[in-house]
Amino acid sequence: MATKSTGGIEKTKSTEVKKKLNVLIVDDDPSIRRIHEMIIKTIGGISQTAKNGEEAVILHLGGASFDLILMDKEMPERDGVSTTKKLREMKVTSMIVGVTSLAGQEEERKAFMEAGLNHCLEKPLTKDKILPLIRNLLGA
Amino acid sequence: MNTTVVAQLQRQFQDYIVSLYQQGFLDSQFSELRKLQDEGSPDFVSEVVSLFFDDCSKLINTMSRSLEQPDNVDFKQLDSGVHQLKGSSSSVGARRVKNVCISFKECCDVQNREGCLRCLQQVDYEYKMLKTKLQDLFNLEQQILQAGGTIPQVDIN
Repeated sequence: MATKSTGGIEKTKSTEVKKKLNVLIVDDDPSIRRIHEMIIKTIGGISQTAKNGEEAVILHLGGASFDLILMDKEMPERDGVSTTKKLREMKVTSMIVGVTSLAGQEEERKAFMEAGLNHCLEKPLTKDKILPLIRNLLGA
Repeated sequence: MNTTVVAQLQRQFQDYIVSLYQQGFLDSQFSELRKLQDEGSPDFVSEVVSLFFDDCSKLINTMSRSLEQPDNVDFKQLDSGVHQLKGSSSSVGARRVKNVCISFKECCDVQNREGCLRCLQQVDYEYKMLKTKLQDLFNLEQQILQAGGTIPQVDIN
């Protein structure tokens, strides 16, 4: 079941609504989901999680949208490659970042990128790895 | 607050966590997790490692079943389990567990059942050893807090 950790729109002192970065974390590993949630929280974003690609697709079919999707590759039900392809077919324009432990497996990494990723990062994910991508996203 | 007791406990904590890095149980990713922990989530690290150890136990059971029948080893399922364990161990900074997974994957790739069995035993040993060590570390943290002190930030780099 997908879960939502925190949410909301914060108001600045000038009453201008400032939207928080909204992130979907897709990973079958509960410890990794928790770590990624915390990373997003510490950089001021809000997140939801999905245990596999199928849950991620169902969320989008239900009308959810996200600024950023952190996508694991190897997952049961629906893997990261299939999920990324499906989301792009559904015209999802979110930044999708693959997060995978496929160091040195260039062919597999290439296939993941070709499925529709914007970027691919190697596990373990850290704030330092994700911040430059988020700055680009917010600057765009 | 007994400042002498707190200082002793803090010193004990620093020495212990440094030894865990020096002996290869932990790597810099564990430091990254500690940096993420804040007042709003004071149990974040223990929560994450608890999830990791639960997952280790389940994966090891699954992999053990895959290796049961000598003539019918499901190396694909085994490889999937090893891959998952490698990913989660690297994400929590469990260096020795991760290193065993690297060897384990090599045995899966060449379908070496005996090698896989040895790696499985080793990964089971390493995760249980780490679990005990981290429990001792968290106990020391609790003692420091109960004595009125703060947990020292330890720079490993």
